[in-house]
Amino acid sequence: MRVRILAFAGVREIVGAAQRTVEVPAGATAGRVWDDLAREFPRLSEIARSTRLARNGALVERDAALQDGDELAVMPPFGGG
Amino acid sequence: MNAEKRSLAGRRELRRYSRHLLIPEVGLAGQEKLARARVLVVGAGGLGTPVLQYLAAAGVGRIGICDDDVVDETNLQRQVIYADADVGRKKAVAAAERVVALNPHVAVDPISHRLDVSNARELVRLYDVVVDATDSFGARYLVNDACRLESKPDVYGSIFRFDGQVSVFVPGGPCYRCVFPEPPPEGTVPTCAEGGVLGVLAGLVGTWQANEALKLILGIGRTLAGRLLIVDAFDARVREFALAEDPDCPLHGTHPSIVDVTEVVPRPQAPLVVPEIEPRELDEFLEATPDAQLLDVREPHEAVLGAPPSAIAVPATQLEARMHELDSAKTYVVACRVGAKSRWAAQRLHDAGFRRLYHLRGGLLAYAVTHEEFEVF
Repeated sequence: MRVRILAFAGVREIVGAAQRTVEVPAGATAGRVWDDLAREFPRLSEIARSTRLARNGALVERDAALQDGDELAVMPPFGGG
Repeated sequence: MNAEKRSLAGRRELRRYSRHLLIPEVGLAGQEKLARARVLVVGAGGLGTPVLQYLAAAGVGRIGICDDDVVDETNLQRQVIYADADVGRKKAVAAAERVVALNPHVAVDPISHRLDVSNARELVRLYDVVVDATDSFGARYLVNDACRLESKPDVYGSIFRFDGQVSVFVPGGPCYRCVFPEPPPEGTVPTCAEGGVLGVLAGLVGTWQANEALKLILGIGRTLAGRLLIVDAFDARVREFALAEDPDCPLHGTHPSIVDVTEVVPRPQAPLVVPEIEPRELDEFLEATPDAQLLDVREPHEAVLGAPPSAIAVPATQLEARMHELDSAKTYVVACRVGAKSRWAAQRLHDAGFRRLYHLRGGLLAYAVTHEEFEVF
């Protein structure tokens, strides 16, 4: 199934794009998609514990199951003001 | 308090607010609420200054401006309340002057101290609404905790490059800790000073915060409580995310463990595996080590801000692809602008088998402090 990842702020900088679509096995969780991304971009693992995931516009925990066509937003905290 | 007793009816001030009085949701009753309201703005920087301007213009009766910093030339690109001549002045004082000049009916409390655990609750208690316009994670947790412990709404905003976040944390709903339970390790999330920020974004997000603060005072509309907005100035999109209270929130969950404000210190980064060189030792080291070379891992666009003379440039984002250009038998001093990206690059090179590596502590910005001929901003 296909999932669209939305990257913001520092994650967008590390991934190098605001959006990307990935192919994952059916039933994959939000955490699985994040883990794949962090494997590809090792710098992400530094902020893993303080980054939140949102499925189709609502914050979810890592064990949330995804469906084909879901949008997964990866939201790091950003402190600037 | 005088501000609480005074009435606007029949006063010369009424004309000033006529465009508010014409909106039924505000009207005279709403304008009187604004005149009686007290708002604390923590941080008079990119976010705080547009907040201050709109709250003052709207006729908020008392405004506290809490910031211990002075105006720096690099602030002027986005902190439009300050004039060129304000550089070097205390922000709380300079901003207070501008607020009074804009609206002499506003009482202003310039507070030139840093908000800390010793004063946070006491200060927050004096106001009805608190605006988090700070620029560090420690301050954000402190504002959040003090507000929740004193049952005050926290109007949150933060910015980085083209992206901004806005929300409102009110008692009975999710708080900052429910969304971000812990701060990122030190140095892993760049600040605006490290990564930059679009000046206009500060205005966009600060204006959202001012709007939320005014709605909270007026008790009108739907606030951002329970919702987080992400403002994307690059693609001109605003996305909304639903937030939920964390039942295990240490501040207001079922078993709260935080009963007073405490300092929130981000975890230190994983220790660096390569030795560090102090900026003042760099010249001597390079001279004494014939095969040593400075490895500049800044991105190409950052090099516009000053390039070191004898460095080899391999941007951190190209490091994997261009590692073959480097010689693992040679000595490299890895450096970036402030020493965050270079840390990661040094670690990466070490993992790849490079052994004669050093890391420039504080980056080229720190090196430039003692080298006038070499300008890095």
